Amino acid sequence: MSIVALPTGGPAVLARGLTKRFGKFTAVDAIDLEVPRGEIFGFLGANGAGKTTAIRMLCGLLKPSAGEACVAGYRVGPESERLKRHIGYMSQRFSLYDDLTVRENVAFFGGVYGLSPRRVDERAAALLPRLDLARDQGRLAGSLPLGYKQRLALGCAMLHKPRVLFLDEPTGGVDPLARRRFWDLIYEQSAAGVTVFVTTHYMDEAEYCGRVSIMAQGRIVALDTPAGLKRGTSRRSMQDVFLAVVGS
Amino acid sequence: MSARPPLIVVEDLQRAFGDRTALSGVSLSVAAGSICGLIGPDGAGKTTLMRVLCGLLRPDAGRARVLDADCARESARIKAELGYMPQRFSLYGDLSVAENLRFFADLFGVPAAERDRREARLMEFSRLGPFRYRRAGHLSGGMKQKLALCCTLIHTPRVLLLDEPTTGVDPVSRQEFWAILGELREEGLALLVSTPYMDEADRCDMVILLHAGRVIARGTPQAVAAGFPRDLREIVGSPEALTRATSVLRDRGPAGLAVHRFGDRLHVAYDATRDSEAVASLLAPLGVQAVPVAPGIEDVFVELMGREQAVAR
Repeated sequence: MSIVALPTGGPAVLARGLTKRFGKFTAVDAIDLEVPRGEIFGFLGANGAGKTTAIRMLCGLLKPSAGEACVAGYRVGPESERLKRHIGYMSQRFSLYDDLTVRENVAFFGGVYGLSPRRVDERAAALLPRLDLARDQGRLAGSLPLGYKQRLALGCAMLHKPRVLFLDEPTGGVDPLARRRFWDLIYEQSAAGVTVFVTTHYMDEAEYCGRVSIMAQGRIVALDTPAGLKRGTSRRSMQDVFLAVVGS
Repeated sequence: MSARPPLIVVEDLQRAFGDRTALSGVSLSVAAGSICGLIGPDGAGKTTLMRVLCGLLRPDAGRARVLDADCARESARIKAELGYMPQRFSLYGDLSVAENLRFFADLFGVPAAERDRREARLMEFSRLGPFRYRRAGHLSGGMKQKLALCCTLIHTPRVLLLDEPTTGVDPVSRQEFWAILGELREEGLALLVSTPYMDEADRCDMVILLHAGRVIARGTPQAVAAGFPRDLREIVGSPEALTRATSVLRDRGPAGLAVHRFGDRLHVAYDATRDSEAVASLLAPLGVQAVPVAPGIEDVFVELMGREQAVAR
């Protein structure tokens, strides 16, 4: 089966039989996904289940061994370079420059995404107040509390108005209030039509997603709404669903 | 009530770094055979408290005692009985699981015969036995944390300080890790554990919420949750209805109302006797309503933290 390049109205993320092998080890084993525009999709799994490898393929950073994927209307592989211009990626280790100020980080990432200095100014003026970072513009990124760093990293990943946001454990190690503020921003993006593809180890955050998939040993072993997964496994929380699906 | 001796006792602890207050009037006590959970945002003072308890930092005022010895002046006496697992525990990635354990055993001067016995026990206890010869650098995140815990336990301490031991660890590995902590509690250890996971807070005997160096709430998890200072209501609806309800409540809701989204639900905190009618009339046109719901520790944390930050700003 072949996926033709989709118009922007199609699913934001589409994968068919997507596979990545490293030598004899299959990190991602023929996964299928279809994520509509504006959905908050939770991509869960144990440490080492293959989530980060799958995300890196969907972002055009890693070449699939087999299968196909289409993100933001562009095919992974042949159109990876164009694809990258329409997605935002924030990883568990954010790539902020600690020795640059908040504003300098924004300017740097704006430059990387090819925005003009004027456009960077416009986006900074629009984004920084929403991220509650307006009065920290002159502060070194390295001196910010973790919750603020995470918001800045998210802001940097959104400067170029991506259609799809990939967030790989964006809230690791932050307190509940900072996590809620972060999720408020995610809901805003989703309401504006941005698709959010997010991994997390916080099972309460899994409840915040529209739909959730659970990966184990490179395969997707469950995929449904949080309510559907709880019904299907007769469990009361996503924590229990996860343990039932992945544990034992 | 069985009076178990407190193994960790902190009284009115003060510590500043320059003009920044890290700990201010913190008191707590952790009994043998119990787990105390320390919850707070980045910079709340959790790590500072643990460093004072292991004698790495001197307090400016107040007392910190472990096993009846003063942490600042008698830290040498405490060391043999105390296990501390910092946030970034230094395992040797190039050494195997067994070699790492041996290294820490030597560091703590555990005699060779004793060491082998403890090693065997810890391997079984943590289920790391099958990975004994694997390099630590090649373990999964959850297994690394279990190995770090084993290294912290190799000298059989009676008091354990664990600084965010499960951050970044998946739910299955976290469950296993907490099963181990439960066994240590049964063996009579006193554990002080910091965590950003509220489901872990529920597994503790006692919870302390720390903010800007001060204790803002304490008690059993049930008591802390029951201490929610206002009324909590839940709104269930479609994503569109919730998005609209959020903006209506934030823009036109009664002063002080707090609204937080959880997927297919909203949690709204307000004074029900004063504001119920106002909220109901805002929600009626949207076809949703606010019904009472029992608060959890996370709701309490967010409520109290939100107030503290509102005051600070």
